[in-house]
Amino acid sequence: MPPAPTDSLTPPIGIDPTAPAPARRGGTPWRQRLRETGPIAGLVLLCIAGTLLNPDFATWDNAMNVLTRTAFIGIIAVGMSFVIISGGIDLSVGSMAALIAGCMILVMNALAPHIGSPVTAVLLGMAVALVLGASFGLAHGLLITKGRIEPFIVTLGTLGIFRAYLTYFANGGAITLDGTLSDVYSPVYYASWLGIPVPIWVFAAMALAGAFLLNRTRYGRYVQAIGSNEQVARYSAVAVDRVKILTYVLLGCCVAVATLLYVPRLGSASPTTGLLWELEAIAAVIVGGTALKGGEGRILGTVIGAVLLSVISNLLNLTSIISVYLNAAVQGFVIIIVAFLQRGRR
Amino acid sequence: MSLHVRFDAITKDFGPVQVLHGVSFDIAPGTVLGLLGENGAGKSTLMKILSGYERPSGGTLSIDGEARAFRSSRDAEDAGVVLIHQEFNLAEDLTVAQNIFLGREKRRGWRLDDPGMRRAAQEALGAVGLAVDPDTRVRDLIVAEKQLVEIAKALSRSARLLVMDEPTATLTPSESQRLFGLIRSLRAQGVTIVYISHKLDEVARITDEIVVMRDGRFVMRGPTAQHSRQQMANLMVGRELSNMFPVRRRPEPAAPLLAVRGLNVPGWARDVSFEVRPGEILGFAGLVGAGRTELFEGLLGLRAREGGTVEIEGQAVAFADPRAAARAGLTYLSEDRKGCGLHVRLPLQDNLTLMDLDRHAHPWLDRRSEAAALTRAVADFGIRTRDLGARAGALSGGNQQKLAMAKVLQPGPRVVVLDEPTRGVDVGAKRDIYFLIDQVAAEGRGVVVISSELMELIGLCHRVVVMRAGTVQATLDADHLTEEELIAHATGTH
Repeated sequence: MPPAPTDSLTPPIGIDPTAPAPARRGGTPWRQRLRETGPIAGLVLLCIAGTLLNPDFATWDNAMNVLTRTAFIGIIAVGMSFVIISGGIDLSVGSMAALIAGCMILVMNALAPHIGSPVTAVLLGMAVALVLGASFGLAHGLLITKGRIEPFIVTLGTLGIFRAYLTYFANGGAITLDGTLSDVYSPVYYASWLGIPVPIWVFAAMALAGAFLLNRTRYGRYVQAIGSNEQVARYSAVAVDRVKILTYVLLGCCVAVATLLYVPRLGSASPTTGLLWELEAIAAVIVGGTALKGGEGRILGTVIGAVLLSVISNLLNLTSIISVYLNAAVQGFVIIIVAFLQRGRR
Repeated sequence: MSLHVRFDAITKDFGPVQVLHGVSFDIAPGTVLGLLGENGAGKSTLMKILSGYERPSGGTLSIDGEARAFRSSRDAEDAGVVLIHQEFNLAEDLTVAQNIFLGREKRRGWRLDDPGMRRAAQEALGAVGLAVDPDTRVRDLIVAEKQLVEIAKALSRSARLLVMDEPTATLTPSESQRLFGLIRSLRAQGVTIVYISHKLDEVARITDEIVVMRDGRFVMRGPTAQHSRQQMANLMVGRELSNMFPVRRRPEPAAPLLAVRGLNVPGWARDVSFEVRPGEILGFAGLVGAGRTELFEGLLGLRAREGGTVEIEGQAVAFADPRAAARAGLTYLSEDRKGCGLHVRLPLQDNLTLMDLDRHAHPWLDRRSEAAALTRAVADFGIRTRDLGARAGALSGGNQQKLAMAKVLQPGPRVVVLDEPTRGVDVGAKRDIYFLIDQVAAEGRGVVVISSELMELIGLCHRVVVMRAGTVQATLDADHLTEEELIAHATGTH
């Protein structure tokens, strides 16, 4: 554009101190600050409390233990952030993880005798897990965009379907990885590099990649634009369906990666594998400051949210103030309280 | 019956921002008062105070000589003051009768008195001249009917003062005529009406008196008959407003940039053909529902379309979605700024570059290049903002519209379609937008302007396509552009 006409009534200037101040919409400043600093402040307070309550809390071993346990939910929560920021939801991640775990173990067990090399069998099993995760995500995305079904309904349905198939494949019991395979596979969970367990490295890498994808790529901007107002995004030449489908595929892959790290821990999959992971993953995203209605969110917040939830559960284990059986209840309370603090933002 | 309103030194501030600086005037009972002012002049805030949606920071509001401090819109309603919102406050899934009695249902013991409410609703509808069954769902009504339901609802609650904010914004000319008839008959019954509109011809026609506000202050009041439209506009802006429209240039004769032939959008448009040449501003006139917006939504792939050919610079194209259209050099700005045009919750920068992110990604997004684009757009389009990091929703209507225009021009389209580019925009910003549109055309782009404001089409366009009921009635060139011609073709009375 060349400069605006010089006889225009409004002089073409940049920042205009006489312009009306931004209207008071979209959350008061303290709410904004709370959303950004609340999770980290909560985490710091919890850690201080933990240190005071139990001397074992502030040890390197305990920290690594907490972070390793965080890794599974954290990785899923990174993918969940994209889905929620785009205005969707996925309730099926726990069941999906269980089914992927079961299928992966079955594939590894079946392939091992034919291939000879247990390493190859494990690698092929992992590949199958990733393909399954991506396919489940693709199915969700297609049903939601092309099938025009609410994401809540689609993933509520698959929540039941995935777990039922796992139970069916396991005949109601557990699917267990063969001994030799288990030995080959276990370092993925138990090994460390530079004193830090592998799952933490993977979690950190996924979180960094996620943050980069969300903030520094066109795709990330489109995700935020769609969550903020899908119709505006559509009119603004954004390929809305494709972007939304990709968020579910991304989440499916995240679930698969989390499962890859989780399986060697126990070496089996059962109907209780991944139970309530959807609660933890969604809670981590919401606690991290992402608005459930979509549009705004930060991956770093999600990471802090996930760590915060693990620290709570760790503290329940280490202290006897609240029974460890109430872990899920505490998470439930936390998500409701955070949603309460977020309310009223129009 | 009539009620006498007096504002006395009313002030209102939102935090550090003062929007009303001691406004004092009376509203004479039983008159139609035109309340004029640019966006941000404070007229809406004052009316919200009058109807109980906001509370004044200082000063007194008195009704019939008694100081009142309404705590809610319901308080105001009890005193007989009702604000008819631009966006209606109706529950879409309830019936007309249920809406009219919402919150004040008639009861017979424990049970709802449905027959009684239906009868009373029928009466209320009769009073506003609306012939619909009280059992119709509001969702199934057209906009003009919803507005009449709002008025019937207000009257059934014995409203004695109605505030109407841009009531004709979404009405066709004949619907507007009916509304004016109703306003006159309400006045005859002693109802006072405050009429807020940017359409000065309507203000001149329907109001008895005008009050002009500017920058949160009362400027003047006077009988409508003694002020020309030009004077009203000057009073609103506070300075001489000469030539609203840029001098018309003749576009160079050249091959069309966009050529549409025989396009159908099922249910909306049939066999539509038109061309846009480089440097040309092509207007689209027609009544609400004539299918203009839907025609272009079909062209962009937002609606199903059938048959016909579309060419851009001689190349045959068929868009599946707006993305494909933008790549081929055609962008569209919706008439629904908040619903389809801008992300009001996102920052200015994200809004501006959304359609042109490819240029700012190498392959990672380059924030600095985006920021540079914003700085340029703010200067080129005269967007007034205090803070470049603000959300789009924090801008005034006119500045939002300029930002939205800058956004659809970012990808450098060959042809840009602007749907109601000055809707809800004050008179100063309107003029800016006309000059901006002229600039865009001067760069050799084709511009399509869909508008319901005839003066705008006549003042701005080189040619105007008139649509009625989904078909092209006429394409008028500059020599034949008159209000009478446009209305005659648009209403099928030519």
